[in-house]
Amino acid sequence: MTALVAFWRKYRRNRAAVAGLAMLVVVLLAAIFGPLVYPTDPFDMVGRPSSPPSARFVLGTDVSGRDMLAGLLHGARVSLMIGILASLGATLFGLIVGAIAGYYGRAVDTILMRCTDFFLTIPSFILAIVIIAIFRPSVATVTLAIAAVSWPQVARLARAEFIAHRDREYVLACRALGMSDFEIITRQILPNALPSLLVVSSLLVATSILTESGLSFLGLSDPNVISWGYMVGVGRTVLRVAWWMPAIPGIAILLTVLCINLVGEGLNEALNPRLQRR
Amino acid sequence: MSALLQVEGLSVRFPTTRGDVAALEDFSFEMREGETVALVGESGSGKSTAALALSRLIPESTGRVISGRVMFEGRDLLALPVHDLREVRGRRIGMIFQDPMMALNPVFTIGWQLAEPLRQHFGLSQRAARDRAVELLGQVAIPAPEQRIDQYPHNLSGGMRQRVMIAMALACRPSLLIADEPTTALDVTVQAQVLSLIKTLKDELGTAVLLITHDLAVVWEIAQRVIVMYAGRKVEEGTAADVFDDPQHPYARELLRAAAFASGGDGRLPEIPGTVPSPFDMPPGCRFAPRCASAREICRAVLPPLKSSAPGHAAACVLVGSAVP
Repeated sequence: MTALVAFWRKYRRNRAAVAGLAMLVVVLLAAIFGPLVYPTDPFDMVGRPSSPPSARFVLGTDVSGRDMLAGLLHGARVSLMIGILASLGATLFGLIVGAIAGYYGRAVDTILMRCTDFFLTIPSFILAIVIIAIFRPSVATVTLAIAAVSWPQVARLARAEFIAHRDREYVLACRALGMSDFEIITRQILPNALPSLLVVSSLLVATSILTESGLSFLGLSDPNVISWGYMVGVGRTVLRVAWWMPAIPGIAILLTVLCINLVGEGLNEALNPRLQRR
Repeated sequence: MSALLQVEGLSVRFPTTRGDVAALEDFSFEMREGETVALVGESGSGKSTAALALSRLIPESTGRVISGRVMFEGRDLLALPVHDLREVRGRRIGMIFQDPMMALNPVFTIGWQLAEPLRQHFGLSQRAARDRAVELLGQVAIPAPEQRIDQYPHNLSGGMRQRVMIAMALACRPSLLIADEPTTALDVTVQAQVLSLIKTLKDELGTAVLLITHDLAVVWEIAQRVIVMYAGRKVEEGTAADVFDDPQHPYARELLRAAAFASGGDGRLPEIPGTVPSPFDMPPGCRFAPRCASAREICRAVLPPLKSSAPGHAAACVLVGSAVP
């Protein structure tokens, strides 16, 4: 508990990060409760197509007469969920690969890291498209595809952290106390590596949301759920006559990604011991 | 008394790009239960390597034990399956390290780190392990253990941390405590406290102590027997009294002379001329021969075997037994 308080005290010093966190909480609340408070189906044609924001439709309607506000609220759910799950998946997998490579070193390290390099050399967005093209686009496959292209950077960071810690004397002391490699990796080194991993994985949420938006903009996401990228894609055709249509979901993406980046930055400052001398 | 630990012909090599480095060669010694043995030597003499090699703690990526046996409580630690070896580490053999700053995990409270091996090796509950941890902290003379237990390593001073390390090492009541330069990183005043603590606990618990150090004062303080190492080999072994009063190997003599500089008189620190030979370029004969004032032809050609000068006192020098020039 005291650790949390101390953490908050450090985090609080970065005003932008606090603002980002507040905005992010708003977005999260909108994603969780929005569809309950505003239950209009985002795929229902409820009004005249392409009507500008009005009292009846706060954010207007899209080219098919679907309520933009409903789309925005329901889309927040999908975008955030895919972003968070993909980031979690990528972090978990990257962590396992990086931890094993870093802790054991030598041949294991070489093999795992060359595999990681292989993924890094392919442009991640293209690779994600290929993966989705192979499987049928759905929320699950999109999440997996995004996770599959973003784990390498986590793996590299985790590897670096584990290499930095594996030769520390406390690890030797743990081995002298009879701990197994698994226990040392998960219970001794991991807590030390966690702060930096947390920062990277929070930033990954932002990139994952962007990637998902890009994919659904191209129509490569799940056709049965609405997401922000899909809304931008739909509005793109009428950009010159109804600029608000792609702009509204676009701003939603921009703000959310910005907030997550601010929060990530704040976490970095609060958790990174090298930046704490102030 | 039975032998607790019997090391026979232990050799460790570190492969490097310039060829293998023999960090420890043909090293043998014995320890009885409850005995305190000191491994003495300068940096690079192989003493820490020996300590780590005993319980196979040399990382496989850096070094290899190429031969030897380590019989501990009737089992060869070098041949033991990893699972059994883990039971021996911590539970039967405790270790403390040079730098208590580095040997504690910075992200956990010391109570958590103390309780962890207890829960693991004895299956104690959270509550019981915590109580035992408080008790252990009290045992190593840490004031207010109930409060200290929830603190992090950085809240503690160096001496305190070393006490915590000792408490951790002794938590499972091992029959052997390996202390790798336990006082080197501490202030002189704290050194004395930690040493007397090790001594007290050793007498109380009957733990055998293998003390690795380059500090001869420490050896004199608590060791019963002394093993002097030079360039990866044992050069002399005997009771502390024998080695201190009547060193047989020229290196041991020089070492003692260098340590006893207070009585030197002329204001200059005595030193041993020359340096330890490079591990890539070991002399073929006695490793100390290039620095030895009484070296002869044969010293440079043949590696001298260990020769006994008195019961329980031996040195690896051709001069043993002959009149000292």
